[in-house]
Amino acid sequence: MREVKRYFPIFVMPTLIAFLIAFVIPFLLGLFLSFTEFRTVSDAQFVGFSNYINIFSSDQTFLSSLGFTVAFALVSVVSINLFAFLLALLLTRNIFGTKLFRTVFFMPNLIGGIVLGYIWQLIINGVLYNYGYSITSDPKFGFWGLVVLMNWQMIGYMMIIYIAGLTNVRTDILEAAKVDGAGYFTTLFKVIIPSVVPSFTICLFLTITNSFKLFDQNLALTAGAPAGRTRMVALDIYETFYGSVGSEGIGQAKSVIFFLVVAAVSLTQLMLTRRKEVEN
Amino acid sequence: MKRKILAFLLAVLVVTSSFLLVGCGQKDSEAQVYFLNFKPESAAVYEELAKKYEEEKGVKVKVVTAAANTYEQTLKSEIAKTDAPTIFQVNGPIGYNSWKDYCLDIKESKLYSYLTDKSLAIKDGDGVYAVPYVVEGYGIIYNNAIMDKYFALDSRQKKVNSVKEINSFETLKTVVEDMTKHKKQLDIEGVFASTSLSSGEDWRWQTHLLNVPLYYEYRDDEKQSDPTLALLDAKEISFKYADNFKNIFDLYTDNSVTKKTLLGSKSVADSMAEFALSKVAMVQNGNWAWSQISGVEGNTVKAEDVKMMPIYSGIKGEERQGICIGTENYLAINKNVSEEKRKASLEFLDWLFSSKTGKQYVTEKLGFITPFNTFSDTERPNDPLAGEIHRYLTDENTETVPWIFTAFPSETFKKETGSALLDYVQGAKDFKAVADTVKTKWKSERK
Repeated sequence: MREVKRYFPIFVMPTLIAFLIAFVIPFLLGLFLSFTEFRTVSDAQFVGFSNYINIFSSDQTFLSSLGFTVAFALVSVVSINLFAFLLALLLTRNIFGTKLFRTVFFMPNLIGGIVLGYIWQLIINGVLYNYGYSITSDPKFGFWGLVVLMNWQMIGYMMIIYIAGLTNVRTDILEAAKVDGAGYFTTLFKVIIPSVVPSFTICLFLTITNSFKLFDQNLALTAGAPAGRTRMVALDIYETFYGSVGSEGIGQAKSVIFFLVVAAVSLTQLMLTRRKEVEN
Repeated sequence: MKRKILAFLLAVLVVTSSFLLVGCGQKDSEAQVYFLNFKPESAAVYEELAKKYEEEKGVKVKVVTAAANTYEQTLKSEIAKTDAPTIFQVNGPIGYNSWKDYCLDIKESKLYSYLTDKSLAIKDGDGVYAVPYVVEGYGIIYNNAIMDKYFALDSRQKKVNSVKEINSFETLKTVVEDMTKHKKQLDIEGVFASTSLSSGEDWRWQTHLLNVPLYYEYRDDEKQSDPTLALLDAKEISFKYADNFKNIFDLYTDNSVTKKTLLGSKSVADSMAEFALSKVAMVQNGNWAWSQISGVEGNTVKAEDVKMMPIYSGIKGEERQGICIGTENYLAINKNVSEEKRKASLEFLDWLFSSKTGKQYVTEKLGFITPFNTFSDTERPNDPLAGEIHRYLTDENTETVPWIFTAFPSETFKKETGSALLDYVQGAKDFKAVADTVKTKWKSERK
């Protein structure tokens, strides 16, 4: 034990330094900058809470984009996890070509967000053109376009996690259920789902945070058009930051609030699902 | 043994990586001049220039090019570094305002002394802080071959009989609407190319077109001698020529090759391709578009047929109006770098705009019409649109419209105006809403 203690700093130091440089310091700097007015990070001037007050008084884009983001996150988290779980169930049933299918479904996840956004913009516009519309004609198109895009990208990834969970369900419990005469759905809801709650925890966490923080796909697909009605929070922060001189601090303040919202939502989710996890 | 090999390998890794780090550091600190380039299309030429300059003068020039539409972002992060850009670009008085803590006073520089019209530079108090290096112009580019074909038709209207007679919105409208009626005979799909309104592609309307009515609004103000400065001070605007903006904008979209509801997905490149392939007769754009027109594969428009006319919108006295000529490209020197670097940077710019090699690159490869007296009349780019700019600059009968959009309050203002225009063409809002957006955003963005 003493040996471990003595070498503790040596083993932890590299990671700790990296963590400090890449995460803690920028985070604290960002927090500080949200209370200042600045052009570049080296010429900040302290202005107190005025950036935060500005967000809710003169600038209305933040709340509307937050509303859009929440709606988007709700729809896509439910749909992604539902479809991913169903696919995982399907692909753990010893169907011919399972491995190939798993790979194919996982592949969209390997493409970058900007590229995906443009691809889907082409596809969606291609369809809407026939009816004399484009993706910017109505915010509804942009919203559902984003949902479809996000589903297409994330389902494969979540599916892999669910498959890992499903293959680890203990066979003795499954056999016991069979012997007791449980049907497929009873087994699914009483045995399988409770045993894969840890997978749900991680999948929900990933989908919630990713849906909230979505940026590239949003930028490439609609860039907020029409008139900012499909603008999500991350894009709003970006546009505030670079949109006009002197509002860098406001953008920074927005991102601090955004961090608090995302942290609160995902921590609540973690707490709730953790409680449901059972010991295997 | 295995452990020893491993230890040895690790040691090698440590040593080589530290060499790499040192190597990188040295390479950067060698460069005396660091030019942060704004024009992605000229990136390769600048790289070449840097090499040429090093050969000739032995001074290392580092050129970094910001990707399209990301200059402000790139500058913001680059200038905070120890190895900051020594030459950077501001886009006018508004850009200068945000970077004034970094701009060196270059009143005594040779570059400023070369400027033909000293009023073009950005001044603040006694100092001169940024100098324009390229003059550009925009208007309605038209394909003269199609116009000739139209005026040769028997069934056309008889009120306006040649392109020369188009000197007001009314005459333009007569011709355009009649051309739309004769689309089939003219073998075009629309008179105007797509009014591109997708995000980031709407600057031709929310910046360039809006320039015209706002210029007239401030020209009417007799107390002001310089509309740009007046606009720069304006806390609010009345947008009194809003209806004129609507006139010309409606003309573009009503006689367009593309249905109104699809304009939100069109880009500038789409419009220029439509023009290059002779699908349309007219497109609003500037002389920089020549490279785009000539670069389109299978283009059918001939260089001698590419002409430009002013943007008419029905404002009184527009018969004498010329095309819009100005600049939004100003060079500034970073005053927060060492004395030595500042000097080297000015010398580089001096070389670029006055030496034989430099000038050759500027006119032939970069294709700039410069505002400097070091360039003679024969030393200018020879593309047709540059020729049109020269024609209007020297035409005594017309008066060019200056680029006053450099005094527009912010990117957000332009963006919101573009969004409102998109809503308008898609029928989600009426034009009054667009005018209101222009006025309210002006007020809220001008802090």
